[in-house]
Amino acid sequence: MAQSPRPFRIGAGAGYAGDRIDPAQALAERGGLDALVFECLAERTIALAQLRRSRDPDSGYDPLLEARIRAVLPACVAQGVRLISNMGAANPAAAGAAVLAVARELGLPQVRVAVVTGDDVLDWMRAHDATPLIDCAQTVRDLGDRLVSANAYLGADALLPALASGAQVIITGRVADPALFLAPLMHHFGWAADDWPLLGRGIVVGHLLECAAQVSGGYLADPGHVDVERLDDVGFPLAEVQADGRCVITKLPGSGGRVDRLSCTAQLLYEIEDPARYLQPDVVADFSAVRLHEVGPDRVAVEGAGGRARPEQLKVTLGHRDGFIGEGQISYAGPGARARGELALAVMEKRLQRIGLGDRERRAELIGVNAMHGPLRGSDCEPYEVRLRVALRCATRAQAERVGQEVEALYLNGPAGGGGVTQSVREVIGAASALIPRAAVAPRCQVLES
Amino acid sequence: MKLHDIALARSGDKGNRATLSVIALDPAHYPLLERTLSVERVKAHYEGVVRGAVERHAMPHLAAVHFVLHDALAGGVTRSLALDAHGKTLAAAVLDLEVDPPRP
Repeated sequence: MAQSPRPFRIGAGAGYAGDRIDPAQALAERGGLDALVFECLAERTIALAQLRRSRDPDSGYDPLLEARIRAVLPACVAQGVRLISNMGAANPAAAGAAVLAVARELGLPQVRVAVVTGDDVLDWMRAHDATPLIDCAQTVRDLGDRLVSANAYLGADALLPALASGAQVIITGRVADPALFLAPLMHHFGWAADDWPLLGRGIVVGHLLECAAQVSGGYLADPGHVDVERLDDVGFPLAEVQADGRCVITKLPGSGGRVDRLSCTAQLLYEIEDPARYLQPDVVADFSAVRLHEVGPDRVAVEGAGGRARPEQLKVTLGHRDGFIGEGQISYAGPGARARGELALAVMEKRLQRIGLGDRERRAELIGVNAMHGPLRGSDCEPYEVRLRVALRCATRAQAERVGQEVEALYLNGPAGGGGVTQSVREVIGAASALIPRAAVAPRCQVLES
Repeated sequence: MKLHDIALARSGDKGNRATLSVIALDPAHYPLLERTLSVERVKAHYEGVVRGAVERHAMPHLAAVHFVLHDALAGGVTRSLALDAHGKTLAAAVLDLEVDPPRP
């Protein structure tokens, strides 16, 4: 691959499954991009999608996929922007077909879609159930029939055949988030799969972009301390990447938000443990010597990342059913609100004992006093309003339903002036982690054309 | 003077661990951050929330002090009974710390 005389421009179109769509469309239309990446998979998303797929074989991919593709595909096709996303979730093949359907609907029949699979390792894990779980003393066997999904974090290498196919749109299931960005850089610049420092720099680009607006002014404002313009229209970020892996992070001129030392530092360190060892399927990236320089308005240059040889094994997330959480809330306001909320908590404690749920693990707290930062905070405040919240871990849905019912009964039976009851029950899908040998994971690429 | 006057903070989740980054609004204030944010002080500040070890990474070239708070998320996002299961709001608590005054 020839060295590019101009930087490769890669943008972030989503930082999570529910993210705004209009900033992605703006980037697609006016970003002058080479690639646009949508990162839409949280830890549990695939397990939840797998449950949907077990009820309907054509589902199991991101529910917003069609809306996102419809918003950006015309501009991506017109300008030759490649679209890369893990919106395939538990069913990348169905997601690929859905992309083609949207393309036909938009009158764009020539679109080629590549589907990357191979992340689903549920069969392997069931056949090798002595595999230990990370961070606990159990094995896969201990999850028993509660296990619903097992997906390996694929690396950028798994996306290279899809990029080589010339596909306009690339849809994957579980892929390490930064690898979605690293792959098009490797493809475009011809970076070797064992050039660890270069791959480390590509991972920094991906890490800075993968949460979208979190690097360009979102999740930053603190009025009077850190002010951010126009959060209603925060521009999603893009990186201008050089062949040597250095980059500039920026956003569309005229969009809201800010890209500066503070926004980029906050995102560089976000959810990083040891900055010198950021484990990825493609490389162990080293962020410890990264330097950020403000080189213009809303422009930050990034350099100094390193990397070492990739890990021998891949990480796997195992989704499993983990009981139910039942929850109820009720508010008290005005003089004595806190005292009435505390009385309601005491009443709930006795009620839970009386109905046989007294031994369940629970949280019982007052929102506005101590629901966020534990028992030591808020001990001296007298808020105008408080909201009681009780949440219990339950074995069955029926037990969990009792929790909200008991909170609701505080209306007629509890302290004066309670209002605004809400109750909820949700099935808990837990996420455990394990490691899998690379040899047991075989990424595949299928090209779809209408 | 509180940390809130000179720094911003962001937290995130990794399993049952929270990450906490504290960044000087003005890089000139970084030494104050580094002095104020000892492992012991941060651990004491989050007593009752963080049950495990506090791991600290000083990053002077970024004007930031970064922490990993172990056993801080009540079993992790997927299991936690907490309203803020991700521990997203945890970061703001650190900004309540009084900054150590400069030594004479």
